[in-house]
Amino acid sequence: MSEVFLGMPAHAPADVAALHAARPFPAAARDALADPQLRRNIGAATATIRGKRAHVVAELDDWEQLRLAGQAVKAATMSRLDEHLRRLEQEVTARGGTVHWARDAAEANRIVTGLVRATGADEVVKVKSMVTQEIGLNEALAEAGIAAWETDLAELIVQLGHDTPSHILVPAIHRNRAEIREIFLREMPGADPALTDDPRALAMAARAHLRRKFLTARVAVSGANFAVADTGTLLVVESEGNGRMCLTLPDTLITVMGIEKVVPTWADLEVFLQLLPRSSTGERMNPYTSAWTGVVPGDGPQEFHLVLLDNGRTAVLADEVGREALHCIRCSACLNVCPVYERTGGHAYGSVYPGPIGAVLTPLLTGTAGNPSLPYASTLCGACFDACPVRIDIPSLLVHLRSRTTQERALPSAEAVAMAAASWVMASPWRFGWAGRLARLGRLFARRGRIRRLPPPLSAWTTARDAPAPPPQTFRDWWRENRGQP
Amino acid sequence: MTHASARDEVLARIGHALSGTPAPVEVPRAYRRTGEHPPGAPELLRLLTDRLVDYRATVHAASPQTVEPVLAAVLGGLDRVVVPPGLPVGWRPAGAVVDDGTLSPAELDRVDAVLTACTAAAAGTGTIVLDGSPDQGRRAITLVPDRHVCVVHAAQVVQTVPELLARVDPRRPLTFISGPSATSDIELQRVEGVHGPRTLIVVLVADG
Repeated sequence: MSEVFLGMPAHAPADVAALHAARPFPAAARDALADPQLRRNIGAATATIRGKRAHVVAELDDWEQLRLAGQAVKAATMSRLDEHLRRLEQEVTARGGTVHWARDAAEANRIVTGLVRATGADEVVKVKSMVTQEIGLNEALAEAGIAAWETDLAELIVQLGHDTPSHILVPAIHRNRAEIREIFLREMPGADPALTDDPRALAMAARAHLRRKFLTARVAVSGANFAVADTGTLLVVESEGNGRMCLTLPDTLITVMGIEKVVPTWADLEVFLQLLPRSSTGERMNPYTSAWTGVVPGDGPQEFHLVLLDNGRTAVLADEVGREALHCIRCSACLNVCPVYERTGGHAYGSVYPGPIGAVLTPLLTGTAGNPSLPYASTLCGACFDACPVRIDIPSLLVHLRSRTTQERALPSAEAVAMAAASWVMASPWRFGWAGRLARLGRLFARRGRIRRLPPPLSAWTTARDAPAPPPQTFRDWWRENRGQP
Repeated sequence: MTHASARDEVLARIGHALSGTPAPVEVPRAYRRTGEHPPGAPELLRLLTDRLVDYRATVHAASPQTVEPVLAAVLGGLDRVVVPPGLPVGWRPAGAVVDDGTLSPAELDRVDAVLTACTAAAAGTGTIVLDGSPDQGRRAITLVPDRHVCVVHAAQVVQTVPELLARVDPRRPLTFISGPSATSDIELQRVEGVHGPRTLIVVLVADG
């Protein structure tokens, strides 16, 4: 084990399963591509949400100005992150909340488990939260004998289906209505056998299933979309009202939040509360946003704990290029426009953060050695940058991480060897001319102008794409014959 | 001990990560921070109505003179209506339960409707804000009952989100409501009415 210096930025530990892909992306993607039902479900859902987003974004003539402001607010926040967190802690504490700090997932899970135990409760209701998925909180609570009930409809579908999330906003996007009906009938105690697969009927079944839990829960666990440093205010943005139920009815509320979620001032939210709903669900505004500051006597939970989590974020912050990934507000617009995500779905990324932002954020949190294939899970088409409400330049971050994985490799890759060979060939006009003529041999592999399969090591290129057949004559030979001086 | 050291260590890590970072740029706020119309303008009331109806809420227009009969009509036929303690007495239907802070979630679940005022509204996004003032009550009473009737005064209606946020106090418990509860979790198709009130009725009171 390497020596650890106090206060040095640290990656997420290797035992954080939700951030470490069990298999390389290409292998997992191949399986996903072979599942036609999955491709239909994700293709249909992402097409729907892309249309909605485009419609409501086009309504605002100041959308680009909002994006520029959002980008700058996040950059300004990161540049003084320690000051903003200290201020947040001070304001939350002054209003009756308790602030805890966690270096990594295990520490956060210990803190939350201890807080739940102290209440004497053996179950908690949960608001959908990416960060608690990241740290594996439900599993840690289960080990301590505490049941965690997911209350967001999509999270409930995932939990009842013994499944994992595949999308940041709609974790069950890979399931269609017929599959969801099956899961409910199988896993929901007392589900009506006459339940249809109409989305409304399924939503009503979820309402009935969770109602009693909400009315009797004593402890809730949430994430946070934003935390305002100068007022100590936390925000949860949601649609169903399950968030309000969890944030309002229990006696104790425990909020786990990544340290990058802080914003300096209340007025900064005027930017994000416009950018987020239009980018994520394609709505002008989401049905419910709850904002609370510490404890309010006589209204809502009378005990409030805020857990501030690092788990690799300081390592991302230390990367002056990669730092931008911390600006992400988890809208998932980049997933919905990504041609790779649309075909493979989220599970292939092997991380709780899938899609273009996951392909950069995950290896930044774990270190590229922990997820070497993810920076390549992209065509670099740039659609993600155009869709990102805070203008994260994901394509540039992918290239940055690719160069890092190349540098970290002990042996030169086939690509590096090929590039070195190309450099040697191109350095001499004579060698370049002969290389062109030699390439004509490639025509032996071609059928109807395309090469579909090449022998190793060139097969690494043709497993995923065709190559055009080389022309019968090189350009240099053609020029000599047709334009050359006699 | 671990608590204090985790805090110190995370803050020290951030300090290391940021060493050598240049000063941040100013935030360009060239986006729209005020609307074309002043608060309460007829255009804003039309826009708010349009947005709320789009979210599948019901909107009733009223004037200061007609607000009481409109509320009586909206709440007519409902047995149990809960109201916050500071609601104007004239708005209360006969037999309304005035929340004294002791109603349990289970008791609120047996109520047919809740009637409240609001703090502010934004027409552009169809958003209404409650802040726990005496005419709006604690958060649970507007959450558990299945029907929420909310009175919005014209003067409370602004156009944009920045204007809305400027009108509310973040240190109060805030609920931003844009239509009835909804989900898009099944095939990204919107279904109105999940855990929050499935019916939202807005009574929009024009200036007298």
